[in-house]
Amino acid sequence: MDSQKNNHILSYTTLALVLGLLLVLTGVTVGVSYIDLGFFNVPVALAIACTKVTFVLLFFMHLRYEGPIINFSFIGTISFLLIMIGFIFFDVAFR
Amino acid sequence: MSTGIDKTGIKIGMWLFLYSEILLFGGLFVLYAAYFYKYPEFFSEGGKELNRVIGAVNTVVLLVSSFTVAASITAVQRKAKKQAIGLLIFSIFCGVVFLVNKYFEWGAKFHHDIYPNSETLVSGEVGLNIFFGLYYVITGLHGLHVIIGMILLSISLVLVMAGKVTESKYSMLENAGLYWHLVDLIWIFVFPLFYLVL
Repeated sequence: MDSQKNNHILSYTTLALVLGLLLVLTGVTVGVSYIDLGFFNVPVALAIACTKVTFVLLFFMHLRYEGPIINFSFIGTISFLLIMIGFIFFDVAFR
Repeated sequence: MSTGIDKTGIKIGMWLFLYSEILLFGGLFVLYAAYFYKYPEFFSEGGKELNRVIGAVNTVVLLVSSFTVAASITAVQRKAKKQAIGLLIFSIFCGVVFLVNKYFEWGAKFHHDIYPNSETLVSGEVGLNIFFGLYYVITGLHGLHVIIGMILLSISLVLVMAGKVTESKYSMLENAGLYWHLVDLIWIFVFPLFYLVL
């Protein structure tokens, strides 16, 4: 009864495709930083960073193939991080 | 019954540790955000002092090394030991390249009298001092994580060579890999926030 369900093997091709995408997004984030979007520069940079992080988490860190315990606890952690960031922004922005 | 090794449990333990790391760096990024809101013009001035080329090169180096670490796990699962060893050695080499770049980058800043408690920063603008303070704390802590990650990868490499990490038992390599990817994740945020602020 050895549970082997987590032994999903990612092919080199998949990993290489993810790497390619990450490198393209790095290029995009550098390129966008030269365009003055005013207020939107930081949100755009963060949106690209979040996209990259999502791909690293899903494929390189195997989160796509993990069971519910790791997935839910991860979402929980990110929720608490967002609560911390959110409340500090309420405080700082409306002081 | 299984032989008694709970692979999922080992992985959950590693993830719990990674959550604490995420919150540690999350707190530092919140500090960054709050001060960025207060001193946007100095943060953009400070960001222009940083070398974008070195930052971009280091981003690519970390992304590639993350890929090779993930690929080394695939290699171990496919019983391709030599490939796994080669990929791990390359990953550790990438870590060395990253740190050498960091050395030159910090060295250049020190040369221009920009370091914590330096004359230029202390007697200069407060916003600039805070920007470089955060820069040194966050990239320094990140650099420390790179060193720890390299140590963990080296241990995994030795275990792979010794035949202790195999296709049926590779939790050590997997967890070292997770740590290395976390280092990559943090850098993905550090790069645009410090190097690319307008």
